[in-house]
Amino acid sequence: MSIAIRRRVQLAVLLGPVSLFLAVFFLGPLAIMMVTSFLAPGLYGGVEWTFYPHNFGRILGFADPMFEDFDPVYIAIFIRSVKIAALTVLAALIVCYPAAFCIARLSERWKNFCLFLITLPFFTSLIVRLFVWVLILRQTGLVNEMLLSTGMIARPLDLIYTDGAIILGMVYVFIPFMFMPVYGSVEKLDWTLVRASLDLGAGPIRTFWRIILPLTAPGIVGGAIIVFIPALGNFVVPAILGGAKVMMLGNLIEQQFLAARNWPFGSALAMMVMSVMLLLLLVYVFVSSRRGADAALNR
Amino acid sequence: MQDSIVRLEGASKAFATPEGGSVTALDAIDLQVRRNEFLTLLGPSGCGKTTLLQAISGFVELDGGRILIDGEDMTDRPPYRRPVNTVFQNYALFPHMTVGENTAYALEVAGVAKAKRREQVAAALKMVGLAGMEGRRPRQLSGGQQQRVALARAIIARPKLLLLDEPLSALDKNLRQAMQIELKTLQHELGISFIFVTHDQQEALTMSDRVAVLSGGRIQQLDTPRAIYDHPVNSFVATFIGASNLFDGRIDGDRLMTGDGTEIRHRRAPSTASGAATALIRPEQFFLAGEGEPFPTLDVDLEAIVFVGSTFELFGRTSAGKKVIAEIPAGRRSLIGDIERTRRARLAYDPAAVHLIHACAEA
Repeated sequence: MSIAIRRRVQLAVLLGPVSLFLAVFFLGPLAIMMVTSFLAPGLYGGVEWTFYPHNFGRILGFADPMFEDFDPVYIAIFIRSVKIAALTVLAALIVCYPAAFCIARLSERWKNFCLFLITLPFFTSLIVRLFVWVLILRQTGLVNEMLLSTGMIARPLDLIYTDGAIILGMVYVFIPFMFMPVYGSVEKLDWTLVRASLDLGAGPIRTFWRIILPLTAPGIVGGAIIVFIPALGNFVVPAILGGAKVMMLGNLIEQQFLAARNWPFGSALAMMVMSVMLLLLLVYVFVSSRRGADAALNR
Repeated sequence: MQDSIVRLEGASKAFATPEGGSVTALDAIDLQVRRNEFLTLLGPSGCGKTTLLQAISGFVELDGGRILIDGEDMTDRPPYRRPVNTVFQNYALFPHMTVGENTAYALEVAGVAKAKRREQVAAALKMVGLAGMEGRRPRQLSGGQQQRVALARAIIARPKLLLLDEPLSALDKNLRQAMQIELKTLQHELGISFIFVTHDQQEALTMSDRVAVLSGGRIQQLDTPRAIYDHPVNSFVATFIGASNLFDGRIDGDRLMTGDGTEIRHRRAPSTASGAATALIRPEQFFLAGEGEPFPTLDVDLEAIVFVGSTFELFGRTSAGKKVIAEIPAGRRSLIGDIERTRRARLAYDPAAVHLIHACAEA
């Protein structure tokens, strides 16, 4: 057997299981969902096998006049979800970025301990942790009780079932996802470059904007993407901390599938979410590869 | 008008060790660097030379003492407000900027207009032999080219003083020697003082106007390269700079008697007091004695004869067992043939070339 063929066989053996798994359990369902999104909803759930583009029409504005009207509420939910996911990313970044610098400066031993602490929440159930937030934030919860007893407020504050509560909960859930990539690039930062900048006359603030931020940007962008994507489709946090008042994309999709039993419309919503994410990723890949190509051209 | 650009007065610094002790990096150092001078800080690792450099650039805060640059007290000024720039050991070029942007950084920070910046960048890059390379990225350059960019970046804002922290240590030998000469030329063209840190004594001797030999946080000797080589003040300096044969003993008139009975002749100077002293004979001051040699001689048993191109290096021992190194020009092959056969050599030396280090001068 020639070396080239042997290499190819090796590659096939190594990549075989993961390719098979993804094909059966990821691409398969995705294809089913894509087909479903273009079918008509059945009267009592299920699907009618007729081509029906109006699922997307309900969202984008060309609804089937026989059954449904175009309702801008879906676009509103979409925009609000994007807004809440973006704010989650921003808040998580504000929490993680300075912390990454602190932890990167610790000794090896303390570093590992801190990283362990950050992954610790994974060892407990997400639902349990979120219900603890309910106990903390509700009208008779920890925060309100404390503020009331100290006399700082006369009436309990509306903390839970707000956008703020959802963002708080999502930041709490997604901090490890933001922290790891940010920490990765902060730890790799070469501090002699910072020194060189100071030496050349740039003060601390300018050095941050011109040297530290650009050099840690890959970690920030990476963290932003892997927090934004699950935050956009998340339905657990809004369901628990948002109550019935705040509807997000994740809840909407869940509702269509499980409560309304309108699978085609749920699929259409899911496809919309996915296309937005793909678009974002494409932009990122395009921008970062063009930067690489620039460097290659100058070679 | 002051003639020194930098003045250190009693500069002191100690670092805490992880074990709870402390290490003295700078032990009340007084130092004056002259205008337009190429001064080298030379010493083994841990001698305090890098700490001294960082104290001048502002990255190390002194425990005591003062630093004046051009007459102004800089002791409490942060690095970015000192008229000093540094060429770092690993170049420290900004990887996300082009060569042009790297070079222009100090000007950009100082608020120089763009057109003027471009002009000065072109001039600085030309000066270091990288004309037209503005658009490249640092990682596309060779080590030597990166070194030149670092240099251009550090000189573009015309600092009053340029600090160089072992800038040539990562380059290969040929390139290093070429850069040594270029640096020296550049310093003359710019007319600013350079403080150069190195642990390579050859480099220090080649480039410097003056060399400060550091050890244990103190300046052992500060003088011209020739004075340091020919007249080291103590045996640390003598052994650190160049190879040396040191003979400890007592002075008795125009000779020095070692404990093991070897006799070293020297030219008796009026100042030469009697007492304990060390005689220094550089390896190249030995030559092979001829018949009826008029100069004093030393008989050695040879352990190794090494051909290094322009010279032969002889490694031997005296009859008392003291190690001796001699360097014989390779032009006289016939003589070498003799000693290769006999494995014995009679080494002669000129008493005038023997340098005496007095015990009281020992650190």
